[in-house]
Amino acid sequence: MSDTTATQILSFIEARFPQARIDRTQDIFSLGFINSLFAMELVMFIEKTFGLTVPNDELNINNFRTVDAMTALVDRQRGTVGVA
Amino acid sequence: MTVVGVVGAGVMGIGVAQNLASSGYETILVDVEERILDDAKAAINRNCRLSRLMGGPALDPDEVLGRITTAVGVEALAKAEIVIENVTENWDVKREVHARLDQVLTPEAVVIVNTSAIPITRVAAVGDHPERVVGVHFMNPVPAKPVVELIPGFHTAPETVEVTRQLLSGMGKKAVDVKDASGFVSNRVLMLTVNEAAYLVHEGVATAESVDEVFRGCFGHPMGPLETADLIGVDTILYSVEVLYEHYADSKYRPCPLLKQMTDAGLHGRKTGRGFYTYDNAGQ
Repeated sequence: MSDTTATQILSFIEARFPQARIDRTQDIFSLGFINSLFAMELVMFIEKTFGLTVPNDELNINNFRTVDAMTALVDRQRGTVGVA
Repeated sequence: MTVVGVVGAGVMGIGVAQNLASSGYETILVDVEERILDDAKAAINRNCRLSRLMGGPALDPDEVLGRITTAVGVEALAKAEIVIENVTENWDVKREVHARLDQVLTPEAVVIVNTSAIPITRVAAVGDHPERVVGVHFMNPVPAKPVVELIPGFHTAPETVEVTRQLLSGMGKKAVDVKDASGFVSNRVLMLTVNEAAYLVHEGVATAESVDEVFRGCFGHPMGPLETADLIGVDTILYSVEVLYEHYADSKYRPCPLLKQMTDAGLHGRKTGRGFYTYDNAGQ
């Protein structure tokens, strides 16, 4: 499940920034051409694609720096939803 | 607390209303349709939620929206002490709105014109109280940009400027004083730059990505001119260039045909999901 999640997030970033050559552990904001405005798009994409609402205390830039961090965020939220 | 009216719930009006409300001002946001106001409230809710993520302060959406009332039509602004007008950069629209504001507001109310390029003196001449009209050029996104241009018109009273300075200070803004000339400082330079960047894409000299990469990589700008155009709105860029062209009658401001075509095609940038780049409906 996480692999699929990571692939979807990676595809979204690469579609938006065709010049990007990134892996799952790379800090996308350190690449020089992705700014914090894109973080807003990432939140919208993740919420829409995975059908969840990121809680306010998880809306931290560190949760969106890498594909792995975003994947973990999605997994955490799904876990929370599942338990509830 | 001062009651501030905000006219126009587009990208700028939304940002101004949010900034005012989060600074503690009672804010009345008006536009021409209920649907636009509903969208504006949804956008403010989202922007407040994401504020900390974007490097801003933590904002409680309910608290901010609790200070904003919305209404259709400028008649709802009769009790406003200060009004900030943010309608589209089109002279016919601005003129009509200011004529109506002049009838609705008390003579003591201050009218702030938020414009990219239209001369303040021209707007002030629409009503019977040019002394209470002053220009402020807010930057986008309004809550995140700490500096504005403050532009008195020919007849603007010193008291109007003082009231405006106090409001801007309350909103956390530093005002740079600029004389009244179409485009002021920022857009005399920026709009020409964006227009020329659009020509480069139009002529096939470079892609939008390459143009922006040159500005980021070579000049150290945080954003390139075409990313900036998408953020401001491609339609707004076109209208601003057209205002400069009309005002100065100088061919250096001739609008790039690509900007016209994109505007006609609805490719207005972030707010429509597509401009020089494509977005995931993240909006303003």
